[in-house]
Amino acid sequence: MPVKGRIVVNEAYCKGCELCVDACPQQVIALDPVRITAKGYHPATLVQEGCTGCGICAIVCPEAAITVYREAAKARQTAAA
Amino acid sequence: MVMLDEVVVYQRPQSLEECATHYCPGCTHGVAHRLIAEVIDEMGLRERMIGVASVGCSVFAYNYFDFDFVQAPHGRAPAMATGIKRVLPDRIVMTYQGDGDMASIGMGEIVHAAARGENITVFFLNNANYGMTGGQMAPTTLPGQQTTSSPKGRDVETQGYPVRASELLATLEGASYVVRRSLHDPKNIRMAKKAIRTAFEVQVRGLGFSMIELLSICPTNWGMTPVQSLHWLEEHMIPYYPIGDYKVHPIVAELKI
Repeated sequence: MPVKGRIVVNEAYCKGCELCVDACPQQVIALDPVRITAKGYHPATLVQEGCTGCGICAIVCPEAAITVYREAAKARQTAAA
Repeated sequence: MVMLDEVVVYQRPQSLEECATHYCPGCTHGVAHRLIAEVIDEMGLRERMIGVASVGCSVFAYNYFDFDFVQAPHGRAPAMATGIKRVLPDRIVMTYQGDGDMASIGMGEIVHAAARGENITVFFLNNANYGMTGGQMAPTTLPGQQTTSSPKGRDVETQGYPVRASELLATLEGASYVVRRSLHDPKNIRMAKKAIRTAFEVQVRGLGFSMIELLSICPTNWGMTPVQSLHWLEEHMIPYYPIGDYKVHPIVAELKI
């Protein structure tokens, strides 16, 4: 089973530049078509299952808006047992 | 559902202020800021840092980095950094300059700061135009590249050839570490971060002048989306501005980081 992760996008910083959308190897990030940030942008968000917490979105994000979490190795072992 | 047993893979570095930047969406100035802040956090240099901001889009860098910062007159950041470093030699001094600032009006200052081997670190963002003032032709604009002041493309017959700042400074005896990196994909961003780390290590050890040139995008003035700009950088800028190490002093090459 692949590692599970998730991202949290800080909408105060996200400007909807789509660099993370383009870079995501799992293609699970897209701009939220409904939400609009205070600056007037559609923020990036996870749109489907499959995030592995690889952190590539955070590496390309120019605004340091993305926090990346990944399931801990211990939790994975417990789930597998 | 929030998982209970999870680790933070990445979070915003402490050395960045908690505020939104004025940069256009997708501008790689933000990536450069982030990498510098990450390295400063990792090395624990924040309390010793003094940054020197330039004139250009990066003029507000002092609002975005959470450590001491001053603002230099146009192009004079290396001269100001020289003064700061000589008066406060235990501080880590960096300048953050664009191509319109460093490679044009500030060319004299940067060349002589490198020639003197000042123990400072220079971050040089090269996006091939004057971004802040509306995308005019800069010394780094590529031959044939259209800008607002070269609407038919840069004609090298009348406007000359772009300046390769890293190659130029690498010829100076005083420069210890001069490299060019790019910010157009995750691999190159990682390489850039490693170079930034090396540059700060050079300064911490008192080994002399270090400069990192970072190829950047300017989606607004290039008239492209951020993703198109990354491809344009890769296809057009890298052939003229190859990524590489142009000056690595033998002592720097031996550094184990």
